[in-house]
Amino acid sequence: MKTDELIDMLSTNVEPVKQGRLRKTLVWALVVGGAAAFCVMLATVGLRTGLTDGFLPGYLTLKLLFTLSLIGVGAALLERLMRPGQDGRKLFAFVLLPFIIVVCAGVASLVFGQPMAWGRMIFGMQWATCLLCIPLFAVVPFAALIWALRKGAPTDLTRAGAIAGLVAGALSATAYAFHCPDDSVPFIAIWYGTLVALCGVLGAMVGPRLLRW
Amino acid sequence: MDVRSSEPELRALMIAGLDGDATAHRALLEKLSGQLRAYFKRQLNRIGRGPVEAEDLVQEALIAIHTRRHTYDRSQLFTPWVYAIARYKFLDYLRRTKVSAADVPIDEAQELAVHDDSAHVESSLDLKRLLAELSPRARQTIQYVKLDGLSVSEAAARSGMSESAVKVSVHRGLKALARLIREEKRS
Repeated sequence: MKTDELIDMLSTNVEPVKQGRLRKTLVWALVVGGAAAFCVMLATVGLRTGLTDGFLPGYLTLKLLFTLSLIGVGAALLERLMRPGQDGRKLFAFVLLPFIIVVCAGVASLVFGQPMAWGRMIFGMQWATCLLCIPLFAVVPFAALIWALRKGAPTDLTRAGAIAGLVAGALSATAYAFHCPDDSVPFIAIWYGTLVALCGVLGAMVGPRLLRW
Repeated sequence: MDVRSSEPELRALMIAGLDGDATAHRALLEKLSGQLRAYFKRQLNRIGRGPVEAEDLVQEALIAIHTRRHTYDRSQLFTPWVYAIARYKFLDYLRRTKVSAADVPIDEAQELAVHDDSAHVESSLDLKRLLAELSPRARQTIQYVKLDGLSVSEAAARSGMSESAVKVSVHRGLKALARLIREEKRS
């Protein structure tokens, strides 16, 4: 085939492209993924008792600050990573910030807490449930984000997969926070932090396979 | 071709094409094909591959630029967008053909726009045969709209589909075509 023939074909009847289509796709994936994670949480472990009173307790606020800040930075990064030529390098450091803050806060509260209570602070009541639920709830959001990325043209597939995994993990942790009965800061730092980061690592591993175009 | 003079020109053509200006879109693809050809030939030359492979890559990149043009953010520079696609397609080619990327120094962004090459080599791809592999619906709509030059409404009337279904079918068909080309070249 001659390249001129191909150009002829591609430039016959050129449709106008709506602006903002790609961003809308990403927002859809975040909303659908987040809603799905929440529904899976309701269907499996259910809401924490006392949460139905309709106010936002302090312990939930803390968890949500961590997860929502990750979702915010991650979504902004994905919006760049799904476009060729934009690596979002400046934003990348901001992904680490919520992790650093929560780990520092966790260490501080251990240092100022009673060593006798460390075991309870770290393992809480349901560390094993947390360990299972966060990766499990992240599956649908991850699939939704990969679908959205495939509508774009990511050129750094490992990085795009990592951030998709991280945001899926953070969406999942947000849903899990509405069940989670453990409120100590070290618990959030260790279990939420590690599991969300793990989702990012898994995303980086499967990204190149899923996102190729 | 000078980088500084081509960026605003290419970007203007791209934006006009995004707004539906077919003449601008054609001019853009023609200009880019020269730059892409020079880029791919130079890269392939380093690993001892010839102009036919370069032409395959030019065509693959042109289809990618066309079917993924909605990923271009109008507020950004155009050259880095195009270069990132060309570089991605080249690295993808290396991966598929099992050449280690470490063996090949990858050019910097500005190099794409510095050279131009309008040699007319045919690629190894056979458009008719590739089209035959598409779904009947995609093949028919691409034939009507992209090859015969019928308007979308004429194609819709002739195939008994709605206009938006025709548009979707053409877009999906071109993406499927890009996929077939990619698989074709797996060696």
